[in-house]
Amino acid sequence: MAATSATRQRVRGVLLAPVCAQAWLATIHLLANLPVGLVMFVPIVVGVTLGLGLLPLFLLGIPVLFLTVGLAELFARFERGRFAVTLGERIADPRLPRADGEPWLRWRRRRAMSAASWRAVGYGLLLMPAGTVTFALTIVLWSGSLTLLTLPAYNWALPNGGADLGLFTVRGVAATILVGLAGLVLLWVTPYAVGGIAAVHAAAAQAMLGPSTARRMADRVGQLEQSRARVVDSADAERRRIERDLHDGAQQRLVALAMNLGRARSRYDEDPEAARALLDEAHTEAKQALVELRDLARGIHPAVLEDRGLDAALSGLAGRSPVPVTVEVDAGARPSRTIEAIAYFIVAEALTNIAKHARASRASVVVRRLDGRLRIVVTDDGSGGADPAQGTGLAGLADRVSGVDGRLSVHSPAGGPTVLTVELPCES
Amino acid sequence: MRVVIAEDSVLLREGLTRLLAEAGMDVVAAVADAEQLLRAVGAEQPDVVVADVRMPPTHRDEGVRAALVIRQRWPATAVLLLSQYVEERYATELLAGDTRGVGYLLKDRVADVEEFVEALRRVGAGGTALDPEVVAQLLARSRRRDPLARLTQRERQVLQLMAEGRSNGAIAGQLVVTEGAVEKHVSSIFTKLDLAPAETDHRRVLAVLRYLES
Repeated sequence: MAATSATRQRVRGVLLAPVCAQAWLATIHLLANLPVGLVMFVPIVVGVTLGLGLLPLFLLGIPVLFLTVGLAELFARFERGRFAVTLGERIADPRLPRADGEPWLRWRRRRAMSAASWRAVGYGLLLMPAGTVTFALTIVLWSGSLTLLTLPAYNWALPNGGADLGLFTVRGVAATILVGLAGLVLLWVTPYAVGGIAAVHAAAAQAMLGPSTARRMADRVGQLEQSRARVVDSADAERRRIERDLHDGAQQRLVALAMNLGRARSRYDEDPEAARALLDEAHTEAKQALVELRDLARGIHPAVLEDRGLDAALSGLAGRSPVPVTVEVDAGARPSRTIEAIAYFIVAEALTNIAKHARASRASVVVRRLDGRLRIVVTDDGSGGADPAQGTGLAGLADRVSGVDGRLSVHSPAGGPTVLTVELPCES
Repeated sequence: MRVVIAEDSVLLREGLTRLLAEAGMDVVAAVADAEQLLRAVGAEQPDVVVADVRMPPTHRDEGVRAALVIRQRWPATAVLLLSQYVEERYATELLAGDTRGVGYLLKDRVADVEEFVEALRRVGAGGTALDPEVVAQLLARSRRRDPLARLTQRERQVLQLMAEGRSNGAIAGQLVVTEGAVEKHVSSIFTKLDLAPAETDHRRVLAVLRYLES
């Protein structure tokens, strides 16, 4: 069933190709290349030639070049916006950010001398000729296909008894119909051709308007370093928390228990009644220590998560929550242990927060797998106003999420409802 | 009552053996993993098995799996599972077939010796013993909240104890009321939840659990 509906959708896509929004956005983009290219070309070409020409003259050219580069960067910014709107192509901003405490002029100079800025100048110069080509090709493709398609309607009225296509003249009914059919085919090929040209333009723009590969790698390394440091920090914080919990909880209880047992033993002969009371106390303390150790161990790693997966573990969490929680898990094949654990602890923390702060009457947990990502949404109908920057628990989780290249967002307007959304990478 | 114990911790195994012997039970075998357990049950045909959920080699859910095998192969042998944590999912798996002669308790409960022995006797006699924590999870997770909300506080307590597998007499003792009062609560619960009245204890447990899970 799913396969046939997918096929049907694909056939529909091909049939509707000439009228789909994507094809027309690409067409608009390619046509706009010429006017945009012209507007960019004139000032940049004047600026560059004037700047270079004036260089020998007491370096008067330097401010001119400076301005030209600034202008090219502005144009580049406009182009990145245009790509995002018409082709949905996101191009990262390659401009150098200002370092802390750096003087404005030095930052501008550093920026003006960067390769990214000069690639923008190059783009400004090249778009005009390239735009002329894309403009012409687009016009020819669309008008050519429409002209050929409608030829059978008016071919008889043309002088010389038919249309002159350069190589041959269309005469006779069969030839006319054949040419009309060729127009029909061309009309369906055009959207793909236009899309292809737009893709080539987008690839070139990525190279010229986006960050260089080296820069992209450097940025990525920076991000990874930061997230690694945060993960190490949060692991340390977690160890400290476990130590403190053990120290304040079970350890103290066991000390009290041993003490009470010792007292009971020494009193056993002279005052059995008192010894019995002490034994009762020791018994209670031992049981309480067990409860605390169990909660602590489950907080470190829940065994059921390993054995039965997210669904079972989250059901258990929901069952222990004081606020009624519905759980819906559709994760398909089991995600990796790391991802499962992160997902589990996010939900655990979220439910704890809901129970503590949200004043909610009900909550829901939905886990789904979408295109290689695991999406977790926790919703409650409480009072809202949750801020991930304030709760340390949520901040620690955000670190773990970013440690695996996931995303965490909290939407919690005052008055509620609160929606926590987490996406984790999850290759199947 | 003839008992087989499966527990990988020597300390606990010995402790349980002594505890049950003191309570007048006949511990015919005490083993350390699921494989030995199945062999011992086959050889001894005990009335009841006390098994830990986590045992070697993987320390995961060996006990649960062994319990399912025992219930299938030797239906006359009752099984009481002990676990460091109780999880609703394991309970659901254990109770999927019949609730007769099944128990699932937190290990901590062993500390209250009389109650633990009572639960084991109940399971051995074909009854049910579910940890209060499992029942609380099932109640909290039940989708059918609205009818549950119509129960009075007392009726909720009775429902909880009933789901743990206790008899009317035991419920009366726990809540310090007369058995007649408990009977009245039970029939009121069955009416409010729209359940067919059931006579025996394990059928009541079954009815309540199916209701909570559906």
